[in-house]
Amino acid sequence: MTASALSFREPAVADRTPAAPETAQPAARRGVAVTLRRLAKSFDGGEPVLRGLDLHIPVGQFVAIVGRSGCGKSTLLRLILGLEAPSEGVVALNGDDRQPDGGTRRIMFQEPRLLPWARVLDNVAVGLGRDGSRARRRERAATVLGEVGLAAKAGNWPATLSGGQRQRVALARALVSRPALLALDEPLGALDALTRIEMQAMIERLWQDQRFTAILVTHDVSEAVALADRILVMEDGGISLDVTVDAPRPRRRGDPDLAALEGRILDQLLDARP
Amino acid sequence: MADSLTIPVGGQPADRAGAARRGLSAFRPDLRRLLPWLLPVSVLLGWQISASFGVVSTRFMPAPLDVARAGWRAAETGELWTNLWVSFLRALTGFLIGGGIGLAFGLSNGLSRLSESLTDTTLQMVRNVPHLSLIPLVILWFGIDEGAKLFLVALGVFFPIYANTLHGIRSVDPQLIEMGRVYGMDRATLFWRVVLPGALPSIFVGLRYGLGIMWLTLIVAETISANSGLGYMAMQAREFMLVDVVVLAIVIYAALGKVADSLTRALERTCLAWNPAYRKT
Repeated sequence: MTASALSFREPAVADRTPAAPETAQPAARRGVAVTLRRLAKSFDGGEPVLRGLDLHIPVGQFVAIVGRSGCGKSTLLRLILGLEAPSEGVVALNGDDRQPDGGTRRIMFQEPRLLPWARVLDNVAVGLGRDGSRARRRERAATVLGEVGLAAKAGNWPATLSGGQRQRVALARALVSRPALLALDEPLGALDALTRIEMQAMIERLWQDQRFTAILVTHDVSEAVALADRILVMEDGGISLDVTVDAPRPRRRGDPDLAALEGRILDQLLDARP
Repeated sequence: MADSLTIPVGGQPADRAGAARRGLSAFRPDLRRLLPWLLPVSVLLGWQISASFGVVSTRFMPAPLDVARAGWRAAETGELWTNLWVSFLRALTGFLIGGGIGLAFGLSNGLSRLSESLTDTTLQMVRNVPHLSLIPLVILWFGIDEGAKLFLVALGVFFPIYANTLHGIRSVDPQLIEMGRVYGMDRATLFWRVVLPGALPSIFVGLRYGLGIMWLTLIVAETISANSGLGYMAMQAREFMLVDVVVLAIVIYAALGKVADSLTRALERTCLAWNPAYRKT
């Protein structure tokens, strides 16, 4: 690869950013555009965690947010998901700040957070809430379980799965309702290196199939570089760097351009030492 | 199987060793099952033998066979079954009342801060009163009627169930509760799918403690004041120096306790099958 990763334009990626028409699967939701305007958050009147943040994430974009612990990235994620109310400013989905919901926004946590007393299939069906009949929900859950390669484990208890398998069940649960937005809060942080790479590939493939908007919060800059269309570096309640990554997918590990980008982002993070 | 791991080094000795080990492991499953009974059976045998040879006076400690004979007689007259039934009903009713109230308070105090601040301190204070010390008071209130026994059993059972239910709900993983909220569960769904199953192992601990206290309380209450039931049977027998019947009553109490415990274990294995700690080995 000769061109710089930052200027490299591949049609497959470039096409995604504006909404490409989709014909198959009428039930599938498209991604959602997220717009933040002058978003601020402070807890109990203390120091603000976010200071008047402006951000637009187009439909279907894969955004990675990296930053040091306590930079406000998890709070930002929770605000986008509607789990916290902003102190000031607006979170708008597709330009609408009333935030209609119901399976359109899903999160995958760092821990799998499966119900230990429910079988794998029923855990996936949790993601469907009470939409439709129980039989339909289980059928749908079984399909998605197949997509993450765990169809054979449908009747197992979560306690019998490995860490990576549990996180795949959690991924299936997040995706079973065909969300328009998937938030990933360091979901692979606790996995071993090989499992992590496999999971990254799986997340990338499902994102390409389903075209939801993805927001990944991570400590791992190489993970951000491997997966994201765009990387935001957060510092002190604001965005200090906003990079577009145009490298083609699937990205090859150890690619020099990606490595250079990774180095640049790491420098930015390390310079931000208080 | 360990056998398959034995690598024949060739020649007779290795083969013979393998055969010997196979012989032992063929016995092993049966032996294992019988092992827990070895001690009680030898105690019974020793007891019977020493009673037969007059080492122990049968006036104070009847031989096991005499106890069995007393049991047979009481069963024939129907006296045993009537008393057993009466005691069983008392235990069950008292347990349901006390356990039900304990569960209700445990749930409401675990789920609602207001309910907890209203009642928990009071309940903790009452908990420190040994419930059997209330017997004189209870006899004054209820006489020696059914009411007295039910009250004592219910009171005794209440606290372990209350405390463990409360603890169970408190210790449900908050991350799971957050997950449930994020995934759009309403309060009722959250309770049935996350909070209650999460509290269940602890509730079962309370159940087993409660069952123990249930028998203990009933025995004491029936022994002190009653006109029917197992404890009454034992006290009557003492009046007439029928030691075999006294021992019979004690043995029956022990057996009932064991039955209750086994039922709870079976229930745990069914309800908590997801938990590796409770899975059948």
